[in-house]
Amino acid sequence: MTEIPVITSFREGISTSEPDPLDPQEPRVRMTMAERVNRYGLFVAPFLIGLIALGLYLYYQSLDLENAVIQQRNALDWDTRLLPQAQQQIIIAAWSTLLVIAVAVPLGILLTRPLLRRISPAVLTVANAGQAMPAYGLLVIGLIIGGPGRTTSIVVLAVFALLPVLRNTMVGLDGVERPLLEAGRGMGMTRLGVLLRIELPLAVPVIIAGIRTAMIINIGMATLVFLIGGGALGVTINSGLKNQQEPVYVIGAVMVALIALSFDWLGALAERYLRPKGV
Amino acid sequence: MSSQPKIHLDRVAKTYPGSRIPAVDELTLDVQEGEILVLVGPSGCGKSTTLRLINRMIEPSSGRIMLDGEDVTKANPDKLRRRIGYVIQQIGLFPHQTISQNIATVPKMLGWEKERIHERTEQLLTTVGLDPEQYRDRYPKELSGGQAQRVGVARALGADPDIMLMDEPFGAIDPITRERLQNEFLRLQEELRKTIVFVTHDIDEAIKMGDRIAILGERSTIRQIDTPERILAYPVDDFVDDFIGTGSTIKGLNFQQVSGLKIPDYPAISVSDDPQKGIAALQEAGREWLVLLDDQGRPARWLREDDLRGAAPGQYDGRGEELGDHLSPDDTLFHALELMVQSAAGKTCVVDEAGRFQGVVEMAHLNKAIRRAQYEARAHYEELERA
Repeated sequence: MTEIPVITSFREGISTSEPDPLDPQEPRVRMTMAERVNRYGLFVAPFLIGLIALGLYLYYQSLDLENAVIQQRNALDWDTRLLPQAQQQIIIAAWSTLLVIAVAVPLGILLTRPLLRRISPAVLTVANAGQAMPAYGLLVIGLIIGGPGRTTSIVVLAVFALLPVLRNTMVGLDGVERPLLEAGRGMGMTRLGVLLRIELPLAVPVIIAGIRTAMIINIGMATLVFLIGGGALGVTINSGLKNQQEPVYVIGAVMVALIALSFDWLGALAERYLRPKGV
Repeated sequence: MSSQPKIHLDRVAKTYPGSRIPAVDELTLDVQEGEILVLVGPSGCGKSTTLRLINRMIEPSSGRIMLDGEDVTKANPDKLRRRIGYVIQQIGLFPHQTISQNIATVPKMLGWEKERIHERTEQLLTTVGLDPEQYRDRYPKELSGGQAQRVGVARALGADPDIMLMDEPFGAIDPITRERLQNEFLRLQEELRKTIVFVTHDIDEAIKMGDRIAILGERSTIRQIDTPERILAYPVDDFVDDFIGTGSTIKGLNFQQVSGLKIPDYPAISVSDDPQKGIAALQEAGREWLVLLDDQGRPARWLREDDLRGAAPGQYDGRGEELGDHLSPDDTLFHALELMVQSAAGKTCVVDEAGRFQGVVEMAHLNKAIRRAQYEARAHYEELERA
């Protein structure tokens, strides 16, 4: 390595810390209304969720389960029904969301590379179809192909929720300004370097927004997987509806809502704190 | 001039797929070590394409690119680009990285040690006139356009490349800040002596920044390549003449200094002198105006014959016309012209460092200087043709 010559300031005689009178437009970082709602909303949400949970708890306590019909008493048993079903709901949604990320993010990256960009409209159409298809139909197709059970449920959900992550990955990567790529490449960064160090970090907020959407879709959809033997809270809601037992389906539905709201809040946290600084 | 050019393009051409007309047509070009070569031309002439061929952001269809005599046409383009600083109009600072991280981009890729990178970024910030203390941890969005381009230049200088490619670097900056950045950059270049290829569409910027200017026509063909002085004094054809536009002769005055003029004696009297002496001097020289000097030999006022009549030695106050600013020997003839048109006498005084009267610059002097420059440029081209 050659020695680097020491260079003195080229604004001789001018202290560099002095404010530059001709160059004063240092932009202030100001918060828009939307940003404010975003920031403070983040701290309000847990209280609302807690409030709903409290309401549900009080409602549950107020039910006279001892004297209720046996189906209702069984359906609303916390330890053998509600808790395991809620866990199933979360596990199915979590796995299918992970599956979506594992498939859609790399796919989105590939489809924004020059080589594959041409086929990206075709792939997006297919992904669109996945979401446009009735969920019920998709479950049946899954049942035919994969048989009943949790694994099939997870895969079907993943297909259904693929689009938002795929689309957001592509939009996020395309949204990175061309001059940044030009500058990166021009300084000798490899294509992979530009992808990893510039494109992906800058696309993270958009990609996370897509993942958050997919996650919520998955939690909601997991209510339906009881149809193909996937279990979860759909079982309770369904039995409540079938037997016309209001407390059963209300409790089932509110629990789904609570799970969805809680995870959505976690998603919002991730969106906020995984956003690269300076953006 | 060194024998081996720093950058040598040998019949480099670029034809985009699907197009029969080349964007750059067999361009041969030398850039000497330490010079700023400006590529200038109308929009769409291929000047940016030409620049990007040098660091192979665009791969040439044919021809060779030599750096320091080494053929890099087939070299690894990423490694090649790490040796070449690159500044673009849109700057392209990475918004998610701090200023110092941005500047450290290339050193990091080259695997420098942390300590060395830190020292280098601090030094570079100072070099481009930004206080490291204040700016190193900022993010690009917290900078104004001018500051951002300073960082852009610092980033391009990151690993101290010999060669810099600059694509309209000051194009998107307001005129006042642009002028400051240009001046600072020229001062910086005096120390750094990088080999720079600079693209602009602004002929005035080209004249200001370039040691040499290449005026490009369609398909990046060189219409004229020379020093700004010579191009201004002798545009080789109508294309170049049109492109440099009106006032090119006057712009050429920027490249000549007052000290280069041969200035004959000019009538002057001191305040203590008798007015009769002044009248005699005026009549002898056949002039209209005479310079009145104060007791230290500094020019004070313009006097006409009428102003001298009835005056007494030491009592010239309020007579004649004000003199205005003076020229020093290292001022440009352009500055001389400016002072001249403001002066009552249509000419302006030259003084030495102590402010003492040296002589008077007149329109005829500028005229002669311009004609000499034009003659020399023409002679130069005629000689080239003969050779």
